[in-house]
Amino acid sequence: MSTRARHEQTQSSTRPKLAVVKFASCDGCQLSLLDCEDDLLAVAGVVDIAYFLEATSRIVPGPYDVALVEGSITTAHDAQRIQDIRQQSKFLITIGACATAGGIQSLKNWADHEEFMRVVYAHPEFISTLATSTPIADHVEVDFELRGCPINRHQLVEVIAALVAGRKPRTRTHSVCLDCKRRGTVCVEVAQGIPCLGPITQTGCGAICPAYDRGCYGCFGPAAQPNCNSLTDHYESTGSTREQLVPLLRNFNAAAPEFQAASDRLEVNSGTEAQS
Amino acid sequence: MTAATESTPSTHSFLLRDGLQSLIDELSGDGFTVIGPTIDQGAIIFAEIESVDDLPRGWTDQQQPGEYRLERRDDDAYFGYVVGPHSWKRYLFPPLTTVATADRTDNGWDLKTPDEPAPRYAFLGVRACEIAAIKIQDRVFTGGAYVDPIYQKRREAAFIVAVNCTTAAPTCFCTSMNTGPRCKSGFDIALTEIADGFIVEASSDAGEELLGRLPVTPAADDQLDHGERARQQAVDQIQRTLNTDGIRDLLLDNLEHPQWEDVAKRCLSCTNCTMVCPTCFCSTVSEVSDLTGDHVERQRQWDSCFNIDFSYMNGGIVRSNVRSRFRQWLTHKLASWQDQFESSGCVGCGRCITWCPVGIDLTAEVATIRNVPNRALAATSEQEGTP
Repeated sequence: MSTRARHEQTQSSTRPKLAVVKFASCDGCQLSLLDCEDDLLAVAGVVDIAYFLEATSRIVPGPYDVALVEGSITTAHDAQRIQDIRQQSKFLITIGACATAGGIQSLKNWADHEEFMRVVYAHPEFISTLATSTPIADHVEVDFELRGCPINRHQLVEVIAALVAGRKPRTRTHSVCLDCKRRGTVCVEVAQGIPCLGPITQTGCGAICPAYDRGCYGCFGPAAQPNCNSLTDHYESTGSTREQLVPLLRNFNAAAPEFQAASDRLEVNSGTEAQS
Repeated sequence: MTAATESTPSTHSFLLRDGLQSLIDELSGDGFTVIGPTIDQGAIIFAEIESVDDLPRGWTDQQQPGEYRLERRDDDAYFGYVVGPHSWKRYLFPPLTTVATADRTDNGWDLKTPDEPAPRYAFLGVRACEIAAIKIQDRVFTGGAYVDPIYQKRREAAFIVAVNCTTAAPTCFCTSMNTGPRCKSGFDIALTEIADGFIVEASSDAGEELLGRLPVTPAADDQLDHGERARQQAVDQIQRTLNTDGIRDLLLDNLEHPQWEDVAKRCLSCTNCTMVCPTCFCSTVSEVSDLTGDHVERQRQWDSCFNIDFSYMNGGIVRSNVRSRFRQWLTHKLASWQDQFESSGCVGCGRCITWCPVGIDLTAEVATIRNVPNRALAATSEQEGTP
């Protein structure tokens, strides 16, 4: 029997039933799944894609073995819907910065969302939204969080492979710097003075931005035990202003607790100085 | 004059600047891939070199803790820089290697060890501290009971063209570590750059043989004097020092010194120091399978003791905070390395100082501990919870 035939025989009845669910997000992480290219057929071979509106109108009702959840919670309706998804799903995996940290839309957490609505919409009275954008884990128990804006498709395939094999996914938590050094990229901070979040940002993207002479934007959120204060203190001492550093930290992972604390600290310090 | 000249008397030759290309050509003709310094991404890095035009002619590097900038020199020196972010370990101990593969068959697993011929590299522009670093990695990878075949094959195939430093950076402290700046052994050919060419010496049979094919003349006394003065200039420029007297016991006797907590407030635990270090050799090995699980590769990648999961053992993480990880790195590098490999793990190249994003300087940290090696103070502070 060929390897493929054996797999089809053993797995057709036991393929995990997969749902891909969207909340407040740009769909980019779901597209990463469709963007798996050569791996996409293999993915479809090892999991039963039962609910994935971005890809197909075929809907198989729950319960599901695995739910990949994209997006953050920004409405009361979504806050209820995620409870339903959780109840229907054996494993719930968040994909991307929105689902894991609230996304770029969590900038509203620092602002008056009523004012935002008045500015943006001709008829704000039609809008029903919460005052905040919050990660999925604030609402339901999450089994695994896959970082990134967007997620890395190689990491996504690793998570799916781990699920199928019944093991824990291997996604490392070290800094982006290690990846820059592995690929031979020269440090943009040391050699060019570009403020870069690489030293406090988790690996996953493959260190793309520094390879193109840009500082890291922190798309994969805080690395393990990030020393945000030391890095921002250093950037301030070498000429960066708080007006530059606060938006750098308040990006796709603005509401990740470590980045949030670091940007709030800079802002509080600014306020103190302004008063004195 | 040196150990090299003792073994190969009267080998000081002179190569005109215009003759440098012939060195690259001869090495290429011998089947070597020539790796040398070139300018890329705002730094002098290592890459494949085909022509002298690829070299950083007329450029130098300005280095400070946490800062590196390229600058124009007022001459056309090819090797008028110090050291950059890359080191030769990238070629001898590659960042990513597949060490084994496994394929599922109807009769079980088909296990293979890749056995491709090693690339034959000629390294052009190896500094004395870098030769010392290669010797340290020789000991680590090939000097014990368990030889690393990947490193060994690449190392045995490599040809080393050393270049003596004629300038030094504020981050250099090779004189403290007795590793430079003069290249004394461990090379095939060594160059000293002077105004109109290079003083050339050979220190191996392969180096002698190659030297015989280069358009060289015997070096004249005034050329040798120029070379000596150029090398002395590097010695004179070295400002930074690391007092290594009893450094092993100093550090191991001060494991609870409050300075470790102080440095932990600054350290990003980002791994940059270990990645740029030419002797750091840590790696992680993982089995990477495709989605079907039919093909598995065992991959070895550079890793770092600064990563929290690097110290994961059965039951948990051993070094769970930055203080313990920085202390592990520095005490291993400067102290317990001596027990393990009979030498220091530091060659004084200064890369970890320059390429630390926040400019942490190991020589300053050690000096602080040496100045106040107060274990009693440390113990008191820890009890009070105010390190």
